[in-house]
Order: sequence, then structure tokens, then C-alpha cells
Amino acid sequence: MQLYLPIAEVSINAFLLLGLGGIVGLLSGIFGVGGGFLITPLLMFIGIPPAVAVATGANQVVASSVSGVLSQMRRKGVDFRMGIVLLGGGIVGAAAGIWVFDVLRRAGQVDLLVQLSYVIFLGLIGALMFQESLRAIRRTKKGEGPRRAHQHLIVHRLPLKMKFRASGLYISVIPPVAVGASVGFLAAVMGVGGGFIMVPAMIYLLGMPTRVVIGTSLFQIIFVSAFSTVMHAYTSQSVDILLALVLIIGGVIGAQIGTTIGARLKAEQLRILLALLVLAVSFKIALDLLLEPSELYSLVPGVLP
Amino acid sequence: MRGVTLALALILGALAAGPAAASEETIVAGLSQNRIGISANFDGSEIIVYGAVHRDAPAPEGALDVIVTVEGPSGPVTVRRKERRFGLWINTESVKISAAPAFYAIATTAPLSEILSETDNLRHRISIPRAIRAVGIGEETPQFTDALIRIRGRTGAYLLEEGAVDLAGETLFRADFILPANLTEGLFDVRIFLLRAGVVVDSLETQIDVRKEGLERILYRLAYDLPLVYGVLALVLAAFAGWAANAAFRILRS
Repeated sequence: MQLYLPIAEVSINAFLLLGLGGIVGLLSGIFGVGGGFLITPLLMFIGIPPAVAVATGANQVVASSVSGVLSQMRRKGVDFRMGIVLLGGGIVGAAAGIWVFDVLRRAGQVDLLVQLSYVIFLGLIGALMFQESLRAIRRTKKGEGPRRAHQHLIVHRLPLKMKFRASGLYISVIPPVAVGASVGFLAAVMGVGGGFIMVPAMIYLLGMPTRVVIGTSLFQIIFVSAFSTVMHAYTSQSVDILLALVLIIGGVIGAQIGTTIGARLKAEQLRILLALLVLAVSFKIALDLLLEPSELYSLVPGVLP
Repeated sequence: MRGVTLALALILGALAAGPAAASEETIVAGLSQNRIGISANFDGSEIIVYGAVHRDAPAPEGALDVIVTVEGPSGPVTVRRKERRFGLWINTESVKISAAPAFYAIATTAPLSEILSETDNLRHRISIPRAIRAVGIGEETPQFTDALIRIRGRTGAYLLEEGAVDLAGETLFRADFILPANLTEGLFDVRIFLLRAGVVVDSLETQIDVRKEGLERILYRLAYDLPLVYGVLALVLAAFAGWAANAAFRILRS
């Protein structure tokens, strides 16, 4: 069944779109990432114009995050106080990111920036997580208990301390605000929600327990992607509601199944799977940069400023 | 198909009854449809261009040929080239083409190079390279226009079908076009050329109005006229879908 998309102005098989939304929703539910870093490249791959892919991807992420957060809330897996603190930093960072994005767009090198930041950040985070989870699995096999997260890191010595009961933390608000701001910045530059950076940053930098990380990350992602959806719709008219709706229907179903699967997997397994996924995407983009493309020319409808 | 046959019969009737004044050959033609509506389940459309050659005197010497072109709305395109810099393939040079048609199809009775002189190609900008070069850019960047034609040709947006026009008894002709599903909105120009020995002796131009319809039209207009409302609508829809799915699954599980 073909579906003509009014904003993208292409006709695509509706079941292909449903399936795509379903897969991304599934991953989003399992790992607590918004899925923006997957949906956007996939949409471009099936022939949606890049601008529409980025903006509509953001819209789809809103729906799957809302659905995921509601499930996590019943499991008491959302630290609202931490989420709001992260969000405060995130909005500031995102605003700065949108400004930098615009400056580079004028310079004509935004494609390279986006690709390079995908490779660098996805590669780095994927490698770190992979190494960490391998170590954790080896520890459990040896029969030692997991390392206590309650170490005295630099986060415990800064002023403006705040109690985050759901996370069982009593730390300064400066690190979470800084984490939120840098993730918001990168999210705006890379056109994604930022969950794949947020999740490891919460675990390794803030020392939050894995139990609340996914829900809190999804909570923050709702607002970051909502912000960018409205921004895109307002500035470039690139949100395709019909496309988003089909992706959402597939996505919300996938997300529900994903949350159930995620609850059954062990934290280490979860992390190693996410690490492999992040590494795979990073590897694919690196290949695009390194190998000679079969078509050296590309078309961009409309005259760039 | 029946409508076409009927219309052809009517044209022939008109030809037989028509006044015997002009000595030259002229075209009489029609389209199977003048309007195409793009609705949500639009997956391409077929149009038939049919007509007849009207002449009062006996047919002159030389081969008779017909060329039919369908041209979609033009818009600016930036063509970029990738080059290897520091081991990475990155965009380097780019050329802005001020206007290139989003769709361009040609159907002919015989190979284009045999039936069309270069002068008349230039004058009427019939072949694919002429149709693009005529609107905007110069000859100094042939690789970029070649790339544009190659890429759009691969996606079926630029189409040359030699021999696709049926010409019967030096009088009746017919060409079928299949418009792809990825159509853009706008006025599509249909041009019909009648050629004698490589020279255009008559031409006819008509238009097809391609428009989005129903939900497609409402969403498109809303996105451009009230972008903020559209953005908020997209958000509300997404949030509602997320909540509804969650609620539905909770009921299913319990």
C-alpha cells in the first residue's frame, strides 16, 4: 500500500514505514534512547529528503519517549527532580547548538560536521560502554559483587548540593546541569534527542543507578525533541505529520514490547547490546566518509543561502 | 481507452468537415486528463496524449515525425561534488542551477538525433540537456549538469523514450506517459511538435494541473500558512499517540 507524504512529496510503502517505526520503537523501549540517531539515517536511506527526515524523526521520538516514560513511571524508574535539572541545562545547550549549526550551515560544511560528530561521539561512547560492560560481566562471573556506585567522585565536593531521592544521590547540581547542557548542544548539532550520550553520562559521570537512568533520560528527551520539532516546523516547514503518524503507530507498539524485553534483560547485557548498536552506526558512517562513493555528485533541491 | 477512441473519432470528424483554408500541416490534440489530484494513496498516474495531423493539400516530401514532451515545474537545485581531502570524502565544489524541471519526459516516433535538427532543438529546447541548460546556467560546468541529468534519470524523473509515439497513416498519433508516484505539485507543460525532415513545422502547448487533494492539501497548506499551529499539532498528536499506546497495552496486559 503506497502512501503519498504531503511534505516530503514522495510516495512510500506504508508497511515499510510501519516496520521502520516498529524497529526503532523497540530499540527505544529496550535501551531508553530516543532512537533519533537511527530513525534519521534510515529515513534518508529509503528516500525521504534529509531535512524532512531530521524534523520528522524528532516528532516520532516525542511519541515513543512519552510512551516509554509512562511505563517507567509505574516502575518508579523516573527521577523527576534529576530530569528537570538536566532539562534546564539541556535547553541552554540546545539553543547554543542551534546557533552554531546555523553558522556552519552558512559556511557550507554542516554535512561534514554532522558526520564527523556522529563518528567521533558514537565511536567513543560505544567503545567505552563496550569495555565497561565486558569488565562488569567478567566480575560477575568471578563471583565478586558489582562495584558500588557510591564512590567519592568530584561530584561530591562541589557546592549547591541537592538530594535526588529516586536516584539515591546527594550531589551538587552543577554536574547534572553541565551534562544536560553538553548533551543538549550535541543533540542540536547532530539533530538527535541525545539519549545515547545521556544514558552513559548519567551512569558514568553522575553515578546514577541503571534502574532510573532509562526513565529519566526518556523524560528529558521528550522535551528536547518537542522543542526541536516545533523549531523545525516553524523555521523550515519540514515536519511531515502523515509520515510521523505512521512511524509513531509502528513506534509506540515497538516501544511497549521493548520496555517489556528491557525489564527482563540484565543491566550488563543491556549495556553491551547498546554499545554494539552504537558502534555499528558509527562504523557505517565512518565507512561512508572513508570509501569512495559510487556517485560523487549529490543534488540538494533549493538554493542554499 | 474508450474515451480516447471516441475523441479520436470526433477529431477525425472535425477534420473531415473543417474548412479547407491553410495549406500547411497543423496539429490537433487532446489529453486524457487535464487535472491530476494527489491524494494519500496516489501511486502515479497515466496520461495519454493523442491527436491528428490536419492538412488540406497532399502530404509534402520528407519523413513526418512527432515529439511529445511533458515538463514538470522548475525549481533551483544545488549540485555538489565530493572529493577526497585528508582521506575523507567530503563535499567540495558546488554549482547552483537556478531552475531545472522536477520532471521531464520525451516521447518520439524515432531516435531523437535522426528526427530533430540541432537548430530547432536549440530554439524549442526539446532534448533533456537543452531543457535544463536553457534555464539558467552556462556551458562552463558540463560535469555538474551531466550529474543532474544522470541522477534524475536514474530515479525516473528524466525520461527519454524514443519510438514511444505511435503514428498511424501519417495522420493519427498517440503517446502514453506514466507519471511517477513522486510528483511535485504544479502546472505540467505538455508540448507536441510536428516535424518534417528535422524541422519543426507546427507545435502545440497545453497544461496539466497537478494538485494535492483532501488531507494532503489541508496538511500542506497548514504547514506553510500556520507553521506554529502545525508544529504544536504534530506535538499533541505525538504525545497523544504515546499515551494511547501505553494505556492500550496496560489494558491488554491486565
